[in-house]
Amino acid sequence: MTEPNGASITFEDVGKAYSKSGGTTVTALEGVSLAMEPGSITGIIGRSGAGKSTLLRMVNGIERPTTGAVLVGGQNVGAAKGAKLRAIRRDVGMIFQHFNLLASRTVAGNIALPLEIAGVPSSQIKPRVADLIERVGLTSHATRYPAELSGGQKQRVGIARALATGPKVLLSDEATSALDPETTQTVLSLLKDINRDLGLTILLITHEMAVVRDIASHVAVIDGGRIVEHGETYDIFTAPQHPTTRSFLSGVTGVTLPAFVKDRLMPNPPAQGGEEVIRVTFAGQHATDPMLARLTQDVGIPVNILAGAVEEIGTRPFGNLLVSLPVAKAAEARSFLESHRLMTEVLGYVG
Amino acid sequence: MSANLINLLIEATGQTLYMVAISALLGTLLGLPLGLFLATSQRGELLSAPWVNKILGLVVNATRSVPFIILVVAIIPFTRMVAGTSIGTTAAIVPLTIATVPFIARLVENAIREVDSGLIEAARAMGATPLQIIRKVLLPEALPGITLGLTLAIVSLIGYSAMVGAVGGEGLGDLGIRYGYQRFMPDVMAVVVIILIVLVQLVQSIGERIAAAVDKRATKSGGQ
Repeated sequence: MTEPNGASITFEDVGKAYSKSGGTTVTALEGVSLAMEPGSITGIIGRSGAGKSTLLRMVNGIERPTTGAVLVGGQNVGAAKGAKLRAIRRDVGMIFQHFNLLASRTVAGNIALPLEIAGVPSSQIKPRVADLIERVGLTSHATRYPAELSGGQKQRVGIARALATGPKVLLSDEATSALDPETTQTVLSLLKDINRDLGLTILLITHEMAVVRDIASHVAVIDGGRIVEHGETYDIFTAPQHPTTRSFLSGVTGVTLPAFVKDRLMPNPPAQGGEEVIRVTFAGQHATDPMLARLTQDVGIPVNILAGAVEEIGTRPFGNLLVSLPVAKAAEARSFLESHRLMTEVLGYVG
Repeated sequence: MSANLINLLIEATGQTLYMVAISALLGTLLGLPLGLFLATSQRGELLSAPWVNKILGLVVNATRSVPFIILVVAIIPFTRMVAGTSIGTTAAIVPLTIATVPFIARLVENAIREVDSGLIEAARAMGATPLQIIRKVLLPEALPGITLGLTLAIVSLIGYSAMVGAVGGEGLGDLGIRYGYQRFMPDVMAVVVIILIVLVQLVQSIGERIAAAVDKRATKSGGQ
């Protein structure tokens, strides 16, 4: 079977409203416009109830938009019905938070299910299933039942099943949310490999920014049914604009003020002396430059590091430091750092 | 106990088994599809037909509300139409079946509704038709529950079959009433009750074994 390439996914001004009894309507999504390139990995992040699940289910037509259109490979999913919709669905694989495997079927049987549904002759199903089981590394478990597998193994079966019909798009509904951190990493790297080898487009929803950081090339932040921010993952991580994005990021970058500073933080500088607390963000090639050392060495300003981390998004490093400086020298220090393309943000003052 | 009585007991056991087996078979043939439909035809479900669902639900409830002994008498004309006679063991199969169909339907409906809705969603996402979802997902996943439900239905049928003596249906119940009660032969009554207990135990443990064998939801201790 030849492996297909990915398909583009486009949301055109998509809205979704549910009518409730009593004549009121609840708006789940409003004015969502997003475009995903074939072969890209896009993460949609939002709190529960933000509408991300509805958004994801529009790509395979489980949910239909009330306004706007959702296109997959140029085909309008929301308008498709019957056999045409089922044909589109075979091009869109899906994996789930709770795996949704049939307890009554073995690993091989579960992976064969979408092929049986598609009407593939059983002589072709066997070798295809064997290939898929090997791809996800479960060859020795082919005749086991889901109840005998670990969470990570179950999700591998889910992934193999989603790939069975050779889809162009893979949807992931919180696929790692029920897994421990280590298993999450192995599942994410499997998804990355699949994206690289098969070139299919991956759209995933999650509430964990770490998942987005580790796998997604693009990210969209959804809040209250609206996309509040979207772009390349690196840009969103290094220069978040919306408060929702920032609050998600504060969880993952692990850079928050220690309590002993936070409790004393004031919005204005004290009458005299005191320290200014600033956030310094390193991005691009500057992320690895020893700028704080040079601030002390070349300019003579002492820097007190309160918290910080340097991490990678894709292959690009990115750092985040919280430091305090004497108030009198703070403006000079900030202009020095900014002149070297570091971003600074004043968080407050301590006496 | 005389050889004559022993022969009677053997014959009555055979008659009970015959009535129960045929009614269970017919009841399953009709009750299983009915239960499947009831479980999948509410608004927004796979075979969405809310009005038909409501009407069938009412009919099922009405049939189940009628005490069995009254049902037996009330449908005598229908029994005569189907079986050619309203008296005898074969005729008794008609009311037994009619009482069992709605019971099995509800048991099957419950078993189907126990299936995780995430599985239906997964199958829809694969592009499955409603019939494929029923055949490949709902039925196999509900099989342990359906098996236990049918076991329960057969046990109830054994009980019901004891009442059809009222319309000339024979079998263990009838024997117990005629000899044990009306002719004051407590030993016959005791043997009848013991045979019934053994039958119920047998059906129950066979049903549970089959259900356990088809149930892959839990890891079996000891491994395989």
